[in-house]
Amino acid sequence: MIKVRNLKKHFGPKVAVNGVSFTIERGEVLGFLGPNGAGKSTTMRMITGFIPPSEGEIKIGEFDMLKNPIAAKRLIGYLPENAPSYADMSVHGFLSFAAELRGLSGDANKRAVARAIEMCFLEPVLHQSIETLSKGYRHRTCFAQSIIHDPAVLILDEPTDGLDPNQKHEMRTLIRRMGEKKAIIFSTHILEEVEAVCSRAVIIDRGQIVANGTPRELKMRSDQAGAVTLRLLDGSAAAVKSKIDQISAVARSIVLSESPVAVRAFPRQKESGDEVSRALGEMASKERWKVQELRIEEGRLDEVFRGITLPDNKKEETKK
Amino acid sequence: MKEILIIAKRELRGYFSSPVAFVFIVIFLLLSGFFTFMMANFFERGEANLQSFFMWHPWLYLFLVPAVGMRMWSDERRLGTIELLLTMPVTPWQAIVGKFLASWLIIGLALLLTFPLVITVNYLGNPDNGVIFASYIGSLLMAGAYLAISAMTSAMTRNQVVSFIVSVVLSLFLILAGWPPVTNLLVSWAQPWLVDGIAAFSVMTHFDSIQKGVLDSRDLLYFLSVMGFSLFTTSVIIRAHRAG
Repeated sequence: MIKVRNLKKHFGPKVAVNGVSFTIERGEVLGFLGPNGAGKSTTMRMITGFIPPSEGEIKIGEFDMLKNPIAAKRLIGYLPENAPSYADMSVHGFLSFAAELRGLSGDANKRAVARAIEMCFLEPVLHQSIETLSKGYRHRTCFAQSIIHDPAVLILDEPTDGLDPNQKHEMRTLIRRMGEKKAIIFSTHILEEVEAVCSRAVIIDRGQIVANGTPRELKMRSDQAGAVTLRLLDGSAAAVKSKIDQISAVARSIVLSESPVAVRAFPRQKESGDEVSRALGEMASKERWKVQELRIEEGRLDEVFRGITLPDNKKEETKK
Repeated sequence: MKEILIIAKRELRGYFSSPVAFVFIVIFLLLSGFFTFMMANFFERGEANLQSFFMWHPWLYLFLVPAVGMRMWSDERRLGTIELLLTMPVTPWQAIVGKFLASWLIIGLALLLTFPLVITVNYLGNPDNGVIFASYIGSLLMAGAYLAISAMTSAMTRNQVVSFIVSVVLSLFLILAGWPPVTNLLVSWAQPWLVDGIAAFSVMTHFDSIQKGVLDSRDLLYFLSVMGFSLFTTSVIIRAHRAG
């Protein structure tokens, strides 16, 4: 549905986006991750046709954004960063205007506005002027605008920014639900969000894609991924550790805490976490350890994120 | 075309939901009344025409039109709504024309509301209504030219004040280039063809000739080309701003 090839953008001498390529099909939700200034917003602005790329190709459905922008834009719903809207309009007036520009008039317009209002829970503020709304409502109003024409492609720039935890949850549910039928790109700083919503995540750093995979695949890149943590109610940490070290699939282990005992075992291969956990389970029952917890670490996205996006000299610092 | 109307309609609603439209119309009516009756002594003149009314328009518009136009694009940029507008399935040109037409309509409405003057002068004497009609058209075109310049300056900046001042200065140049006190000064040291050439750029020259009651195609062309040029420049500025 979205095909981006070798997208580049420079502002004067500064390179904002440097050769980004990816494709998204219907039913996929792509999370865009990256530090501030990595080029996420610039990439989204190019995909939506707001700014022209310096180089590269953008295809929305079968339409080329550069050669046939109007047809391409029809397929897209866009929530820009900070969710701008016309402050002097009422929520209803704004949505109806957006629907009209999307070519919906008369009854179709009314239906589209009613649907968007219902989906975004805007009923209570329908006739209020947008400037009097709280940030959450403003955000949802702009979001409602982006889905008003039920687009095949949704581009959301930090859709949960500035929302309270309940609203964040609602927004994620909404994105996940719509992701079943649409191609969605959304950017975020919140890593749990990626796990909760995305089918695939891309990490951008300094204008380039540095990682691309399912959240699970990305987490496997973490040092902790596949490690097995064992917590016991009693016993001695040193004794337990020496036993664990004898398991052939275990590369090494560390003591997390002496009392109560907690030991983490790292497998030789990240994928063999299951094997290690099974071996530990057998060992525990044989040794009659009182197991409180036995868990395979999934790896942590924030760790992977930091590992990939920090400049090399900073990585050293955080390790120390 | 439909898109232009949708955008113009929204813009108009924006003008009327804020005090801008009302303030503009009221101030325009008050000031034009004041100048016509108090400064130009409409009644004492004893002439059955509206010259004492139209003669102030280039100066009134100088401040009032940029006040209407200054937020046209600067606000879109300041609030970020330009990103919304230009990612809709509309061309930048449709947005530019739609916004321009809405503002022009406000000015046209203000002008229309001066109709009691026409009734008064017809009641008191036998004016040449053809001349009055032509002057109204000329005034509207002149306002359009100023407005297009304001559109252009408002696209340059996200700051309304800067937009206003630059627009006033540019419009002032268009007045002064053909204002008799300035042209008389030029005549003393420049060649006549040069003075005429500069004056041809002025709204004064063209508005004056329309006020004589003749809608000459050259004058129409002048105003239309100022509008066309300024709006085209607006589109260039917006594109350059997006391209970064």
